Amino acid sequence: MADRTPVIAGVAESALGITNRTILDLQAEAVAGALDDAGLALRDVDGLFTTAVSRFSVAQVAEYLGIVPTSSDGTMAGGSSYEMFVAHAAEAIRAGHCEVALISYANNQRSAKSRTFGGVIDEHTPEAQFEQPYAPLNPISLYAMAARRHMHEFGTTSEQLAEVAVAARAWALRNPVAFRYGKGPLTVEDVLGSEMISDPLHALDCCLITDGGGAVVMTTAERARHLPKRAVRVLGHGEATTNQGMASIPDLTDTGARVAGTRAYAMAGLGPGDVDVAQVYDSFTITVLTELEALGFCERGEAGSFVEGGRIAPGGDFPMNTSGGGLSYCHPGVFGILLVVEAVRQLRGECGERQVPGAEVALCHGTGGILSTHATVIVGLD
Amino acid sequence: MSEPRPIAPPDAVTEPWWNATREGRLMVQRCATCSHVQHYPRGICTACGARDLALVESSGCGTIYSYSVVRRAPHPALEAPYVVAIVQLEEGPRLLTNVVGCSPEDVRCEQPVAVAWEDLPDGRRLPLFTPQES
Repeated sequence: MADRTPVIAGVAESALGITNRTILDLQAEAVAGALDDAGLALRDVDGLFTTAVSRFSVAQVAEYLGIVPTSSDGTMAGGSSYEMFVAHAAEAIRAGHCEVALISYANNQRSAKSRTFGGVIDEHTPEAQFEQPYAPLNPISLYAMAARRHMHEFGTTSEQLAEVAVAARAWALRNPVAFRYGKGPLTVEDVLGSEMISDPLHALDCCLITDGGGAVVMTTAERARHLPKRAVRVLGHGEATTNQGMASIPDLTDTGARVAGTRAYAMAGLGPGDVDVAQVYDSFTITVLTELEALGFCERGEAGSFVEGGRIAPGGDFPMNTSGGGLSYCHPGVFGILLVVEAVRQLRGECGERQVPGAEVALCHGTGGILSTHATVIVGLD
Repeated sequence: MSEPRPIAPPDAVTEPWWNATREGRLMVQRCATCSHVQHYPRGICTACGARDLALVESSGCGTIYSYSVVRRAPHPALEAPYVVAIVQLEEGPRLLTNVVGCSPEDVRCEQPVAVAWEDLPDGRRLPLFTPQES
């Protein structure tokens, strides 16, 4: 019996930052890079997982690449879409629906100036009648309300939130392709002194708005034995989708990440203590605090003190978001694929100055929308 | 206010709820089968799956679950700073709203609030909330 255990065989980024290029061209660059990294060719690809290109994203990208996928998924779940895609591609590979799955993403939102502070609300949705009239910043105000509630329940401070941005910058200074590479360190005071956007979140509590993209190539463990790079196994995954609107979130400080993480740990037969390096979605500093708690890295309400004292910065005992994250590396609208790219590079030992020594198990967690979608993937060396 | 608030028209399911606002009545939806109370109005009970739902009047009182002071308005209808909040009604459901009638600096989590109404150009009224006299 061939070993159909799903593995990641190749990863790549596209150009990042301000590119003045199209979404499809950025995707093509990432796809070519990931296939090259995997030692595979476009003609080998028979699974395609992509979203946020157009209304028919999979068809759009399949045609652009000239491939005919027999397994695909175009789920739009914002920031967690790509953790879901790794999971869904793993299932498709295991079940024999495809042999080589290509997962790809790109966005040119910085060049195209396509991002708005109010977000995009479809007129036929309940939010257009019951939430949009109140003019929240979307998504910032929802995350701000999560931060406010976390402060109210647990005494979390703005200084503790700022520690997340400070650590992200320190990692980015070790990543030559990061948007803030070479821009110098951040201090807590810098974050607290930046413009208040939606109280209590300052500008520097919010992720970057950049272009960028990435691609991940997956196949079977059997096939990966003949490929150049060391394969990375998908050990476990889980997801949970909780809400679309702002008022519908059951608990602003205990999110669906708890369900997603619990399922991923159970499937992997691992726990939080087994994770050597974590890549968790940092759309906002508060997003990270809710994730650290929900994923079991600390107790509920304790994430503020957990991130103090440089624990999540280079040299700290909890290496996290080692690329510099959405806060200081890049944030092309949907960052989830780049969490996976960095996790794989860490496990392969390719991260140079920011390498976590001996990392064998990595956890990626995507949070999409307004704490709406949550997906965890645990990967480990084959 | 220079421009009207961005708001979509009612649909067949929500129209009775919006019509009640014209009389200054804040409604919530109650399930005839299991008595679950929910908001916004929709075509199914999220607790039991039944479709026999009726509008009942809320007391209009609740508490602030959380809030944010918006410093950079996304729409010209509102002038920053203003307060966006999630209010938990006495009947249970939560809704998004603006807290008005006080300084944004005086808003707190768990603060008691009561509904206040703002007229919309089409005759509907929009429920806002204001700190309640204790």
